[in-house]
Amino acid sequence: MMTLKVNGREHQVDAEADTPLLYVLRDDLKLNAAKYGCGLGQCGSCTVIVDGKAVLSCVMPMVLLEGKQVTTLEGLGTIAEPAPIQRAFMEEQAAQCGYCIPGMMMRAQALLQKNSKPTDEQIRAELEPHLCRCGTHMRILRAVHRAARLMDTADALPAANGSAR
Amino acid sequence: MRASTRIIAGIVAVVLIAAAVAAFAIAWRPAIAAIDPPDPQSFDTALVKRGRDLAAIGNCSDCHTPRGAKNFAGGLPVPTPFGTIFSTNITPDPETGIGRWSEAAFRRAMRSGVNREGQHLYPTFPYDHFTNVSDEDDRALYAFLMTRQPVRAAARENQLSFPFNQRLAITGWKLLFLRHDTYRPDPKQSAEWNRGAYLVEGLAHCGACHTPRNALGAERVSARFAGGDVDDWHAYAINDQSRSPVPWTADALFAYLREGWHPDHGTARGPMAKVVSNLSSVPASDVRAIAVYMASVSGTTPGRAGPSEDALTRARTASQTNSVGASIYTAACASCHEGGRPLPYGGVDLGLSTAISSPDPRNLANVVLSGIDAVEGERSPIMPGFAASMNDDQASALLNYLRARFSDQPAWADLKKTIADARRTQTVFLQTSPAPRNAPADPQQREKP
Repeated sequence: MMTLKVNGREHQVDAEADTPLLYVLRDDLKLNAAKYGCGLGQCGSCTVIVDGKAVLSCVMPMVLLEGKQVTTLEGLGTIAEPAPIQRAFMEEQAAQCGYCIPGMMMRAQALLQKNSKPTDEQIRAELEPHLCRCGTHMRILRAVHRAARLMDTADALPAANGSAR
Repeated sequence: MRASTRIIAGIVAVVLIAAAVAAFAIAWRPAIAAIDPPDPQSFDTALVKRGRDLAAIGNCSDCHTPRGAKNFAGGLPVPTPFGTIFSTNITPDPETGIGRWSEAAFRRAMRSGVNREGQHLYPTFPYDHFTNVSDEDDRALYAFLMTRQPVRAAARENQLSFPFNQRLAITGWKLLFLRHDTYRPDPKQSAEWNRGAYLVEGLAHCGACHTPRNALGAERVSARFAGGDVDDWHAYAINDQSRSPVPWTADALFAYLREGWHPDHGTARGPMAKVVSNLSSVPASDVRAIAVYMASVSGTTPGRAGPSEDALTRARTASQTNSVGASIYTAACASCHEGGRPLPYGGVDLGLSTAISSPDPRNLANVVLSGIDAVEGERSPIMPGFAASMNDDQASALLNYLRARFSDQPAWADLKKTIADARRTQTVFLQTSPAPRNAPADPQQREKP
């Protein structure tokens, strides 16, 4: 058994040291926002935030998570009260099939936490590890800019337990 | 730089300056008269095309076209133990480039490291190799460069400490280390071997990275191709000290240089990515000649086989003694590196990795932390970087595990420092270096899923 801190809560999980974080999130904690895409760290759909940094949870062994804070998309906002990043993606209609979107949002969130006004180029460079086969890239770009603006205005702060902020 | 090295360097520098002052008469080089920039139409197109191929073999763009800059406009900071030197503008811009250089001025720069105005150039520009380039090839290179788009970009001021900021000191360096030889063919060897030797020792300047340098930054003649430094990466030994688990052959080297990867050796990344990217576009016969010559330099060491038989035993021992490293390996590495997907898109069998067998762990640290970027607009091998997932202790555990499991070499010393350095420097490398332009794979490979 080990303790895993996810979205501000501590969980006792029965996982091996070499189990990827993604499996524990989806199978044990039933947090299904992070997606299993390629399982090789090449598509970005499993991205979560660990201690403020975007990481690929499918190639992140549990042994590396001791004492760390994991934030998944569920930790940012709820359906009733979406976080700025979620609102922005909805308002820009940035999802088509939506499979890549949680990962995109998590890396964008991590970017906005350290850089509140990223340029187009910085967003493109940051999201480079993420694949979107539908091709909503331009909307995703707009959504990240919109999220930056939303985070800038006080009334946009969500009430959720967003430990990532 | 250690204090002792600094003192030695200082003493040598003082001696050098004295020598340089005494040698002022022979040090002085006249300016070569400025010309009106030649009309690009005046150059023969076949000559320009040859120059293009030669510039690719010489890897000119690697230093003279930094990431985001215009072609050949210069400005790449080259860190040296003596300070930072910036590459210059070699477009035909009349004011800031070489637009007013005659062919004779260009040839003098290549042969003896002196610019048109008569100033000595720092040997970061590898004229110690280019002195071997024939008149004919210099003419083609000149034709190619003078027909490029002129770019107005003034050279940045070098950041060197005294006495290295005195160009006169370069004269001393040249007296000690510059041999004004042009390449002389070895009649005992084949024409192909000689062609390869001419390219490797001259324009391709392989030794500039793969040969270690002495305290004054000159290649150590006694350790040719024994492995050197480039941009915080280790340029592997490519002589008989190569640590490649499978010995190189001319055929393997040809494929590697041409396509950027080989099933027995993996994929060329780091600074070598640009070299193979450039070599993918030049005549195959030249790449073949380079491979033939280098294979004879590295020699086939008898008795060296592939990954050793007791790999399993070592793997078991390694995981027992380093469970953190083993766990990271299983979750983060094995899914690709034991995935069975063929190169160049699959991960190489780590038992074949020269990075893991190498005496210098920098390349492995760089790749593990920063990964391998996708090449824009092309299919290419990629690997995620793990800098955000692991701290230095954890990365250290992983690298120790890989070393113990996949090589028969002793553990690396100072691994944590290497990892900390790699975390710091790799960002800089990615920001300033030109991105590779081609995927390291042939077009047919790219069509396969």
